[in-house]
Amino acid sequence: MIALLLRDLTLAFRAGGGFGLGLAFFLLVAVLVPLGVGPESGILAIIAPGILWVGALLASLLSLDRIFALDHEDGSLDLLATAPLPLEGVVAIKALAHWLVTGLALTLVAPLLAVLLNLPAAGYPWLLLSLAVGTPALSVIGAFGATLTIGLRRGGLLLSLLVLPLYVPTLVFGAEVARRGAAGMALATPLALLAAITAGSLALLPFAAAAAIRVNLR
Amino acid sequence: MELRVGNLAVSRGGLVVLEGVGFTLHPGRALVLRGANGIGKTTLLRTIAGLQPAVCGEISAAPECLAYASHADGLKAALSARANLSFWASVFGTGRDAAGAALERMELTGLQDRLAAQLSAGQKRRLGLARLLVTGRPVWLLDEPTVSLDQAAVALFAGVVRAHLAAGGSALIATHIDLGLDEAETLDLGAFRPRQLRPVAGGFGEAFDDATGALP
Repeated sequence: MIALLLRDLTLAFRAGGGFGLGLAFFLLVAVLVPLGVGPESGILAIIAPGILWVGALLASLLSLDRIFALDHEDGSLDLLATAPLPLEGVVAIKALAHWLVTGLALTLVAPLLAVLLNLPAAGYPWLLLSLAVGTPALSVIGAFGATLTIGLRRGGLLLSLLVLPLYVPTLVFGAEVARRGAAGMALATPLALLAAITAGSLALLPFAAAAAIRVNLR
Repeated sequence: MELRVGNLAVSRGGLVVLEGVGFTLHPGRALVLRGANGIGKTTLLRTIAGLQPAVCGEISAAPECLAYASHADGLKAALSARANLSFWASVFGTGRDAAGAALERMELTGLQDRLAAQLSAGQKRRLGLARLLVTGRPVWLLDEPTVSLDQAAVALFAGVVRAHLAAGGSALIATHIDLGLDEAETLDLGAFRPRQLRPVAGGFGEAFDDATGALP
């Protein structure tokens, strides 16, 4: 298991591994939105939590199809399926690697980019917290979506369409936590719901994804 | 570990391609599968490896005893030869030394720090086959193991298989090339081809009667 995690992380940081992809996309969103919206800082402050969450979501979506498609193409997925690792564990580890490379990295740079979007100071800790709690769900749901499209060549389009509706609850509650935090309102309810989505998808989706792999390898 | 297969039927793309396949593979023996392209050698091996369900029939060996080597080598181009092999060694829990020994057996020690992307096709194949040695599993399922190997490498690999058999292992090999294994028996899969290709019963096909009716 640890060997698989280390291998996936090593591959992500090697050339063509896709580590910079999500981060660069997130940075672009945060830089371009103020230019597009205009210089009124009041508007930016209002939309900042939503923009940052949408940016994080799309950035995480960008690298989803690499989670399993590359392993399927070079045959390692067949070999992993016959290896003494449970496929559920393989999915969980791959989702964890995806989260470390995208979700965690996005969470850590989000406060820096929030400066560009003029997020009120009170919102920073809540933005960090909401991303830290919500992005694992993005990675696990995404890994599940990736297993559904394993056998398809260029399955990226279908993958995005499959995963986007599943991402909506995470986005709604995640952005709500950040928005309420920035406005100084009570946020216990959306935070609890966000945590529930993450916990639920972490518990259930690895099993669904493993079943999808078994079907797709046939 | 004895591999016994009885009355096995396998399917590909919803059609039964082989049926009534039966053989016993004893420890220390090799069985060479022969048959024209498309007869179902790969499908049979994948079914025995547990990657796809059999239509019917039984397979005695547990998947934990089988090491499957497919057409694809499962190498990561961005990792060195040694890192590729060490990964599989730790997945199969055979340790660091196993990877070094396997590299030496396949005469890849001099190339161990090269990235897999820089290896030639034959060298990649040798590295892919070296993975078998680090699995530590007794029954090898080999799908065209000699593709892109030169004569010397084929002889080298035949020696590795022979040593594996001598150590009590066994091998099921789908190949068109004679590996020169005296211990090997041959099984021609042509005999197990159904006279008419028919769809798998109980599959999706039954829900689409028109579609299955159109098949020969």
